[in-house]
Amino acid sequence: MLLSVENLTVRIGKVEPLSGLSFTLDRGEILGLVGESGSGKSLTAMAVTGLLPLIGGRISAGSVVFDGTDLAALPEARLRPYRGKRIALVTQNPMTALDPVQRVGDQVDIMARLHLGMDAKAARARTVDLLNRLRIPESRTVCDAYPHQLSGGMKQRIVIAMALAAEPDLIVADEPTTALDVTVQAQIIHILGELVRERGLALMLITHDMGVVAQVCDRVAVLYAGRLAETREAGPLFARPRHPYTRALIDCIPREGMAPGSLTGIPGLVPSVAQYPAGCRFHPRCLHADAACQQVPEARPQADGGSVSCHHPMEADHG
Amino acid sequence: MAEPLIRAEALEKRFQTGGGLLKKPRAMLAVRGVSLSVERGEVAGVVGESGCGKSTLARLILRLIEPTSGRIHFDGQDLTALSNTDLRRQRRRMAMVFQDPYSSLDPRFTVAEVLAEPFRVQREAPPAGRIAALLDQVGLSAKMADSFPHQLSGGQRQRVGIARALAQAPDFIVLDEPTASLDVSIQAQIIALLSELRQRLGLTYLFISHDLGLVRYFCDRVVVMYLGAVVEVLPRADAAPRHPYTRTLMDSTFAPDPRQRKVLRALEGEIPSAFDLPKGCAFAVRCPRASDACRAARPVLEGGEHPVACFHPF
Repeated sequence: MLLSVENLTVRIGKVEPLSGLSFTLDRGEILGLVGESGSGKSLTAMAVTGLLPLIGGRISAGSVVFDGTDLAALPEARLRPYRGKRIALVTQNPMTALDPVQRVGDQVDIMARLHLGMDAKAARARTVDLLNRLRIPESRTVCDAYPHQLSGGMKQRIVIAMALAAEPDLIVADEPTTALDVTVQAQIIHILGELVRERGLALMLITHDMGVVAQVCDRVAVLYAGRLAETREAGPLFARPRHPYTRALIDCIPREGMAPGSLTGIPGLVPSVAQYPAGCRFHPRCLHADAACQQVPEARPQADGGSVSCHHPMEADHG
Repeated sequence: MAEPLIRAEALEKRFQTGGGLLKKPRAMLAVRGVSLSVERGEVAGVVGESGCGKSTLARLILRLIEPTSGRIHFDGQDLTALSNTDLRRQRRRMAMVFQDPYSSLDPRFTVAEVLAEPFRVQREAPPAGRIAALLDQVGLSAKMADSFPHQLSGGQRQRVGIARALAQAPDFIVLDEPTASLDVSIQAQIIALLSELRQRLGLTYLFISHDLGLVRYFCDRVVVMYLGAVVEVLPRADAAPRHPYTRTLMDSTFAPDPRQRKVLRALEGEIPSAFDLPKGCAFAVRCPRASDACRAARPVLEGGEHPVACFHPF
């Protein structure tokens, strides 16, 4: 297993926004990390990439074992060989991920020069090759452009090229297509999927859109208010969601032939960290909640793999 | 057939940018000859990607910006011919909900002040109990009247935006991407609220979105725009698309079902610049069905019930 996260718990000051997350991800696999804003998806990404100190957070319990090494136990200096080289991050907003005053070709080149020790010429050749692979037309000309001269979809492809340049084993992509138009989103998702299959990359794809998850992910981890609600393979998860929250998220996406009025959303809001309810954190918004839900549910292993944390998991077939 | 509530004829909007002492200004047509009608009680959808002119069209229809040419009829009256005073009187009957509930509410106004402003514009005071009734209509508690926007969540802010649109009891509301900056769970809540309000208050909507899946769920009829022009009008939300661009949009919309995965095709080419439109069909560079004819001339929108602007429609 390339990445194995066990009981990951994160603290920022006095609060504990993430509690006891466990999931795995192997080479050639896409794991979808899904949930509403405030579920802790981006925090999970920061924990895996060792970026928590940036926001004053730390891993207070659990482990993040990457290729046999527990990153959670490493000091900052020893994390550096992993970040950018073996684990790359693609962020949501390509406008802020790129340096506005540097040509985009140079920004991709630097990754190979820094992490693979290539000289300028070899690095540029690699950059051009990468941009071609990402189907950027006139890649040599594009290398000389500044970010503001490129469209949003093009910029996001440059950010992906930067992530790929050092030949990482794992890419963590945090809402990589949320800021993009739908046709461009489809392209980027397609490209990411291809890269995973061709290069045996592992991809952790963070999104709030169950449509995107269904399109491309092999396995899914559903996060709610800092805890894992359900984690299973995509096929069974969508066919028979067992956690009511998973079901509710799926039902938020309009589908062909849906009856008018059947799209209702999830009542209420994700609670803020300071106001996490006791017991199952979803119970105030859950239609199936009863007295038992005052207790924290345990993660129950499922016959078809994965686990569900719910006192009243759903049985019925979906759609 | 009764006169539609909204009838826009050959609307055009030209924007100029740049220009200076030595530099010639550049002009672009954000909206190119768009005609459309909205029947009473219907939800008409306008779908397209960023830069297709859908928000400009929304503003033109309410005459928030002046069209370069073309006419807009509202309930039989030509809005483009009205004086400012008469236009303001008509404005009570129409409203708009904006995309970004963060920037469309004044941060220094309380919710009550936000909701009182449409009355102030009409130089009157809100009737007693109206603010509380408006909040109730959009599912917010009357206690929120004294809150400031920063104390509300995104979904709550958008509910305030909807309440503000309802303030003067309009007939017609333009919804400009009202859910684009919200989580999918909140988006579904807002769509459910809008459906309920339409039925209860007999409203007519023009719903603008980039999400064809959502538009097909919510709207009775769908206008598809690409680079400033209408390329297709779906007479019913479930009609099979005829234009290759609408097909592309459909293929880019993912169902929450891994058994319905889309086979994605790499789209060739980039979207042309609106400053430099090609001579032929604007979609030709990206279109799998494009022929020489498509690059030579621009197809016009035609075809009765289900019009499409394409030389090779499905």
